[in-house]
Amino acid sequence: MYGLGLIKGLGITLKNILFLQRRNTTQYPDRKASIIDLAKLDNKNFISYAFTNPMKTLKSMMGMIVISDKVDQHPRFRGEEFSWYEERCTGCASCAKFCPLGIIKIVTDQTGKNYAEGQNYDIETFDIDIGRCMFCGLCVEACPYDALHMGSGFEEGQYKRNDLVIDVERLKKAEKKPSTWFRPQLEQKDDYSPFDEEIAWDKVGRHQKPSKKDLKNKWIRK
Amino acid sequence: MISFNTLNLFLVDLLSFLPDKLVFTISGLIMSVAICTFLIGLGSVYTWFERRVIARFQNRSGPNRWGPFGILQPIADAVKLLIKEDIIPATADKMVFIAAPIIFLCTTLLVYAFLPLGIDSQLGNINVALLFVLGITSVNALSVFMAGWASRNKYATLGAIRAVAMLISYEVPMAISLMGIVMVSQSLSLVGIVNAQSNIPFIILQPLGAITFMIAAIAEMSRAPFDMIESESELIGGYITEYAGMKFAVFQLSEFLAPIFTASLFTVLFLGGSNPLKFLEFLPIPGILWFASKSFVITAILLWFRSTWPRLRIDQIMGFAWKVLMPAAILNTLLVGLELVFIRDNYILQIIINMLIFVVFIYLIANILGQKRLKLKEPVPSELANMDA
Amino acid sequence: MSLNSELVTINFGPQHPSMHGVFRLRVTLDGETIVDLEPVFGYLHRGTEKLAEERTYVQIVTLTDRLDYVASMSNNLAYVSAVEKLCNIEVPKRASYIRVIVAELQRIASHLMATGFLLNDLGAFGTPLMYCFREREKILDLFEILCGARITLSYMRPGGIFQDTPQEFWDDLELFLESMPNQIDELESLITGNEIVLSRTRDVGILTPEQVIDASLSGPMLRASSVKWDLRKANPYEIYDEIDFDVPIGATGDTFDRYLIRIKEMRESLKIITQCINLIKPGPVRNEDVPLIIRAPEGEAYVGIEGPKGELGFYLVSDGGISPYRCKIRAPSFINLTLLKEMTAGGKIGDLIVNFGSIDIVLGEVDR
Repeated sequence: MYGLGLIKGLGITLKNILFLQRRNTTQYPDRKASIIDLAKLDNKNFISYAFTNPMKTLKSMMGMIVISDKVDQHPRFRGEEFSWYEERCTGCASCAKFCPLGIIKIVTDQTGKNYAEGQNYDIETFDIDIGRCMFCGLCVEACPYDALHMGSGFEEGQYKRNDLVIDVERLKKAEKKPSTWFRPQLEQKDDYSPFDEEIAWDKVGRHQKPSKKDLKNKWIRK
Repeated sequence: MISFNTLNLFLVDLLSFLPDKLVFTISGLIMSVAICTFLIGLGSVYTWFERRVIARFQNRSGPNRWGPFGILQPIADAVKLLIKEDIIPATADKMVFIAAPIIFLCTTLLVYAFLPLGIDSQLGNINVALLFVLGITSVNALSVFMAGWASRNKYATLGAIRAVAMLISYEVPMAISLMGIVMVSQSLSLVGIVNAQSNIPFIILQPLGAITFMIAAIAEMSRAPFDMIESESELIGGYITEYAGMKFAVFQLSEFLAPIFTASLFTVLFLGGSNPLKFLEFLPIPGILWFASKSFVITAILLWFRSTWPRLRIDQIMGFAWKVLMPAAILNTLLVGLELVFIRDNYILQIIINMLIFVVFIYLIANILGQKRLKLKEPVPSELANMDA
Repeated sequence: MSLNSELVTINFGPQHPSMHGVFRLRVTLDGETIVDLEPVFGYLHRGTEKLAEERTYVQIVTLTDRLDYVASMSNNLAYVSAVEKLCNIEVPKRASYIRVIVAELQRIASHLMATGFLLNDLGAFGTPLMYCFREREKILDLFEILCGARITLSYMRPGGIFQDTPQEFWDDLELFLESMPNQIDELESLITGNEIVLSRTRDVGILTPEQVIDASLSGPMLRASSVKWDLRKANPYEIYDEIDFDVPIGATGDTFDRYLIRIKEMRESLKIITQCINLIKPGPVRNEDVPLIIRAPEGEAYVGIEGPKGELGFYLVSDGGISPYRCKIRAPSFINLTLLKEMTAGGKIGDLIVNFGSIDIVLGEVDR
């Protein structure tokens, strides 16, 4: 019969308004906390919470209490703030070569320091222009020594375009919270989450710092 | 209980040192300014309400940043629209372009002049209030056409053409569907109609008339599924395409006032206005609250429709007005007339007959319109290219 | 007195609420009736095919993400298949399964978008669209677990996929497969039986089988006109020949059929994913012999896959260098637009919008 479909549709929308838990907006960066949220933070029943904290209850009803949630993000998330480990980097510039946009610039030391076998070049310039970066992660995939990792942040807005260029100093100073994108060894660590910990350089690679012998076998003889 | 009339009398007392005519003018002015201000405030709160409710229908949150539950959002919107540049297109007809939103808002507000919001709570009581309401709502069509035509925009003109065609067509069944009420209550005054419903609200007595009026009213205020005039996905904004800033705000405000107005009119005409529900009569609730809660339910139902159903096409909308609503309205009038002649005082029998005819009519119309289209054909693979063959 | 009436030419787009991007239609109207229309595109032309000529084969994967940006996985799949054919690269079995799973997930996501926006064009005040987006969000979350991005995925590589799936993916996929049939049912009971939708879409924009074959349409557009043709069955790639699924076809080729086909295909996709989960075995996911910089042998290769919108093909010509000599993309959205005029002429403005919505185009792919 005509009209039944219309009424069925009304039923569906009614179902959706009645089951409020279906609401799935993630509010970012923060959201107005209701009493229930505050009580949950305090591990309390919201009625008893309202009695014990009347001031906060009133404030939350006025929408004056703001809490910020962690945005649900997987460790593989390809974020900004590249994590770069100076100790692992040999300055081979594979990342620069593989970048589809050519936004990585590497200059190694010209003076002849650390030129011996098994030593790493000093990196003088390592600029990543994240203003043009599309976060494809190919540079990370290309790095043979696991020195470069995608980061996990995404709040890198700047007022000047030049500030978007991550230079070597910033890379050195930055908190090392690498994403597990193309780094299976980080994934094998149980419960690893890039938000919590800063990871030391000897933990992030597939292997320890290559020995002289290794290097000879791997890169010179072949 | 405080009603409009007691307030009015208080004002008159206060101003009694002035000449009589001046007292009348000033007190009337104060009351109407109060009502208009209240309505405009209500309209802005309604925008917040509508956005919240539709958001919930869609599993979203809706505006929730300003004030408790985002209730200050309308103020933010208004400030934003106020400080926007007021653009008048170079080729537009300036006078008409500016006049259109004013007329639109005025006609929407004027409706409330004779609407009884409670017992003795209306600005005025004239004996042809219903005619006045029907007449003043038709002026909307004019202002919409003015806006569309003066904009010098093809989308706006198309919207205006649609508006005129649609608003005028739906005026007819809307007016005829009210004839039944007028015949039963023997009054064109809205107060009289409310008083006539002290026993049975007209929605029970004349369901066919009620639903016809409801549908026609939804179309009149161009809400889904009849929001043809400013159908966003087709005509961008229809007649308001070229409007910006405060003029746009005025249009939006009157548009958001329209559901409130429709709900209040429906409450007055079919739900018994400020009369309490029969089985809840013992509760000490003032009439104006009854009125407000009944209107609220109607607005909520309108929102429910709006968030669920897609829009009809222009030819289907026009066809619906003339092929379905018109017969329904005439049938209702005929039925009520016959009943008034033969079984005037037997309300129970009237209700039974009307309900029966209502159900049969809906069923018949549904089958005539529906069956043919609902059958899905069995797909047969074409022989031109078939990977299985 | 005689009425003087004349035709009106009106621009739909590039800035229009229902033009699905920066698409422009020059429409000639007689009142509400459409007399003639002429599509104008190129507002989103980014020269992807030319850019591909100066990128290495792996780098081009990132370009394909941005073609049909609601179905990046399918683009990736079509491109890497072309490279694999060009260079005779073998793909590990597990990688093939995962590719099929993600491609079908992407098909569901794309069809959800198409359905939602079709309903938006029909004038539903965003509600079905929001329900569709709610479901699509779950798929995007799955993709984030897989490859750290939601839209521009860059997931596949010539010779497999970039990295094996984490365990969370399988858990979440299971949950998704459990909930999705109910959600499709809910969507259907909101839309399919709705008389307003029916009266708006039935017998509107009818395309006959002759027309669609002559215009070389593909995908749901083709199948809605009761032509049974699906590359997954007609020319099986990856592991589709091991999997049992139906190819739904429409009866009349009207807008409603095109909508219904998409809903049915979503169900079939769920079936395919379930079978893949049962068949998949541990193993390598990437052919380790394939270097990051591929030197393809001289030659050419064309691979077409059944994308969500139709036959998505990549034609690569190699001169032996590290990047293709020529890359041609057969974009289904672009070719499906061919019959827009035939569908719409004689209808009302509302029909135009609905027909246009039922084609399901993505401007990134049309303009490339």
